[in-house]
Amino acid sequence: MIRHLLSAADLSLEDATLVLDTAEEMSRLTEGRSVKKLPALRGRTVVNLFFEDSTRTRTSFEIAAKRLSADVINFSAKGSSLSKGESLKDTALTLEAMGADGVVVRHAASGAPYRLASSGWISANVLNAGDGTHEHPTQALLDAFTLRKRLGELAGRHIVIVGDVLHSRVARSNVLLLATLGARVTLVAPPTLLPTGVDQWPCAVSYTLDDVLPSADAVMMLRVQRERMNDAFFPSAREYSRRYGLDLRRFSLLPAEALVLHPGPMNRGMEITADVADDERSVIVEQVSNGVHVRMAVLYLMLAGAASDGARDERRSERDQVNGAVSDGARGERDQAAGASDAATNEGAE
Amino acid sequence: MKPDGLRNQQGTGMSSESILITGARVLGQEPSDLLLRDGVIAETGSGLEAAGARVLDADGLIALPGLVDLHTHLREPGREDAETVESGTLAAARGGFTAVHAMANTEPVADTAGVVEQVWRLGSEAGHADVRPVGAVTVGREGRRLAELGAMADSAAGVRVFSDDGTCVSDAVLMRRALEYVKAFDGVIAQHAQEPRLTEGAQMNEGELSGRLGLRGWPSVAEEAIIARDVLLAAHVGSRVHICHLSTRGSVEIVRLAKQRGLPVTAEVTPHHLLLTEDLVATYDPRYKVNPPLRTADDVAAVREGLADGTIDIVATDHAPHPVEDKDCEWDAAAFGMLGLETALSVVQHTMVDTGMLDWAGVADRMSYAPARIGRCDTAAVGGQVHGRPLAAGEPANIVLVDPAASGIVDPRASSSLSRNTPYAGMKLPGEVVATFLRGRVTHSFGDRWRDSAAMTTNSRQRSPKGGTP
Amino acid sequence: MSRDLHSSRAVLDDDDVARALTRIAHEVVERNKGATDLVLLGIHKRGVPLARRLAERIAAVEGVDVPVGALDVTMYRDDLRMRPARALEPTDIPPGGVDDKIVVLVDDVLFSGRTIRAALTALDDIGRPRAVRLVALVDRGHRQLPIRADHVGKNIPTSMAESVKVLLSEVDGHDAVLIGRRGEASEVVS
Repeated sequence: MIRHLLSAADLSLEDATLVLDTAEEMSRLTEGRSVKKLPALRGRTVVNLFFEDSTRTRTSFEIAAKRLSADVINFSAKGSSLSKGESLKDTALTLEAMGADGVVVRHAASGAPYRLASSGWISANVLNAGDGTHEHPTQALLDAFTLRKRLGELAGRHIVIVGDVLHSRVARSNVLLLATLGARVTLVAPPTLLPTGVDQWPCAVSYTLDDVLPSADAVMMLRVQRERMNDAFFPSAREYSRRYGLDLRRFSLLPAEALVLHPGPMNRGMEITADVADDERSVIVEQVSNGVHVRMAVLYLMLAGAASDGARDERRSERDQVNGAVSDGARGERDQAAGASDAATNEGAE
Repeated sequence: MKPDGLRNQQGTGMSSESILITGARVLGQEPSDLLLRDGVIAETGSGLEAAGARVLDADGLIALPGLVDLHTHLREPGREDAETVESGTLAAARGGFTAVHAMANTEPVADTAGVVEQVWRLGSEAGHADVRPVGAVTVGREGRRLAELGAMADSAAGVRVFSDDGTCVSDAVLMRRALEYVKAFDGVIAQHAQEPRLTEGAQMNEGELSGRLGLRGWPSVAEEAIIARDVLLAAHVGSRVHICHLSTRGSVEIVRLAKQRGLPVTAEVTPHHLLLTEDLVATYDPRYKVNPPLRTADDVAAVREGLADGTIDIVATDHAPHPVEDKDCEWDAAAFGMLGLETALSVVQHTMVDTGMLDWAGVADRMSYAPARIGRCDTAAVGGQVHGRPLAAGEPANIVLVDPAASGIVDPRASSSLSRNTPYAGMKLPGEVVATFLRGRVTHSFGDRWRDSAAMTTNSRQRSPKGGTP
Repeated sequence: MSRDLHSSRAVLDDDDVARALTRIAHEVVERNKGATDLVLLGIHKRGVPLARRLAERIAAVEGVDVPVGALDVTMYRDDLRMRPARALEPTDIPPGGVDDKIVVLVDDVLFSGRTIRAALTALDDIGRPRAVRLVALVDRGHRQLPIRADHVGKNIPTSMAESVKVLLSEVDGHDAVLIGRRGEASEVVS
């Protein structure tokens, strides 16, 4: 198993399947039992390092770690040194001194967890709980878990992701993970809300929701902030929901057994109407409870055992990267550079 | 580390001692001796002798005119924790530079005669390299009102280059006026080409990688649109414009087209844009965070071609020191900029000379003659501080000696800069600056090639006729 | 696997295994005075098919279907941190639960006793049986904890340098018990 979970692309098909299978077992072990606790992380310390407010993700990780008997410390931006401008580095050094075994980090800056994991400031395992507009790998895992529970194996399934892909870490992680699991993904959004280079992602792209719904096995609606219209991403909230919102008419275009997901929090009336959100084929509440089991699985697999040799190899030396990514006319070196960056962020995506 | 060559380093005056450089390949040509006396090159040729002169055995070394950097951040006044005029010019001397143009984004901003004179004076006192202050185009670099460009030009600092570098003069009317106004004293506006609205919050080159990394994209067009506008503006008002740190293929093409049409534009590229690509950003290591951002391999190929064919006139370092805490953090919070003075010549050798795209005469042009011409310090404008002149008898003895066969691993801790933010840490780069002379005075010397005049004569004379063994 | 077979010798063949299980089934029922309240819990991996086989034999003798479950003790092991985290096998507790039941733990090899200790702890979190008994197909000695089996298929004295490997047709294609040199056979501490 990997040492740090920074991107959904860190997970091979084998790793991802192991996490999902383990999550399955975690849910069986804790459902309907008088003692919901498991001893796997007894004596280990998990720190929830939240530079950005997110009660639901933090709570989910906290319950997961506690059910595995870990000691949990919550470090959140409000009411701590973090709000007084303490740097990421100093916070990391503090956590290291406290003897943290695992650090669950949420940060507004893309790459902050990567920085924590690779800077040498701490030796703890780092779990990305959402970084900027980069990734949110455990959300993708819980979505995949939810889908797999309802649909069975995901290979060949068609998953449609709709909305503000540009600003969505959930979309990035989902595209990467679903591709690893063999699903077919279509992103649907106005062109303004799609990232540059999305045509090179392992997915299809459409601007027209009605076209893709009839072949969808599941549709995931992303949160769209109304304020985006102030930056001219779309003209008005009304036009957005008319073109990209999931209402009852569009819901009826879906195949009978297709599911509706939403990573929350929902903007009812914007990207999804209330009647669709509350339909029995909407698995939004189920996603929340599955989140705990998926996070238990990840924490168990990353923290319970001894670090594997393979995991240590993952820490590539800085030197290799620097020497590899210079463009010095020597084709071989440049290709090696491209290879290195692919391995860092896109492994297993194809 | 500081051999006797460094004595007599105080003051900016010319050296009174005589130095004989033997067997140096001037601009990479056949070996020749250079006798430096009274701050000028007294004599060139083979088999020179000079009683009482100290002798530097330059067998295998390339001699170039002292390098001129048109784009240096010395940080003083205001950010002396990052760099001072003293430390920055020491780094310049070690990199082979004899003159640097100090950018205006200090605190306070160099937008008055008082500030530019202070910087100029600090440079004179330090004595490692001549400091030519750049004046801000607008008051406070805020892009609203013109700064007192004339007063800065008339000051002791004799400012000829004006730039709001770090910020683009994006207002078309203000840019037009600035271009027009500096014609009166043969000044030049050095534009930091970055359309501000297209780059709000931008973090790295916009492309597939920025989308994947979740970092706000910095589109090429934000640079290219301003360059296109400004070459047309400059042509319209009949003034000259200089494009700072051009970084994209599109920018090269626009400048090439403009030059074909005879428009009055010059352009610079930084060493890092000649070597590094955006792939490095995948490490999220802020050492690779720079403005303009590292681009793609295709852009790197384009700026190399542009520098080779003269579309890009010069290499300028954009040496931008930052203290450790401004880089030892998450990407978004980090400062933009990289060190560059000490590694510039090595990077140019690596990317341009060793690839056969530029010979040493070309390096002399792109790093000395042309930047001096653009900055108008190729003639005796200010205090006799003339740079970018040929290595010929009667010219100022501003010289750099390079060992092209040497190579070394870049160690940030060994830098003369107060900062450590070099993107080349751990990389092996070719070329070693062996000695730098400012008006005949040694401002940097590395290794032990010095001989007493008595001991050397036979040695040197035997070697010179054979042409040395590079 | 094939390398194990080369350097290993069989101490029980498939008939021996079958006879041992039949005897144990009778012993369990006799000790319990019938099959009432029995729950068989196999410990992963090979304890699970053994528990199923025992249940079949008890059904044949008593005409009662004894509930059979499976227990994964990975998270309760005291050597969890000494090896990379392992995948979990399904823990499957029969619908009636274990409260007030006679739970019979079933494992293939009894060695240090640490697996059984982990199983007893795991059982704590599941419920409160009236009694817990232990079946082991092979007891090879070298206990490190005060634990003993109630029913043993065969006692096989071994040295610490040896390993004992149980093969079952459900997992390995055929039944046998092998002894080999330690480090060659894959089971380390059972």
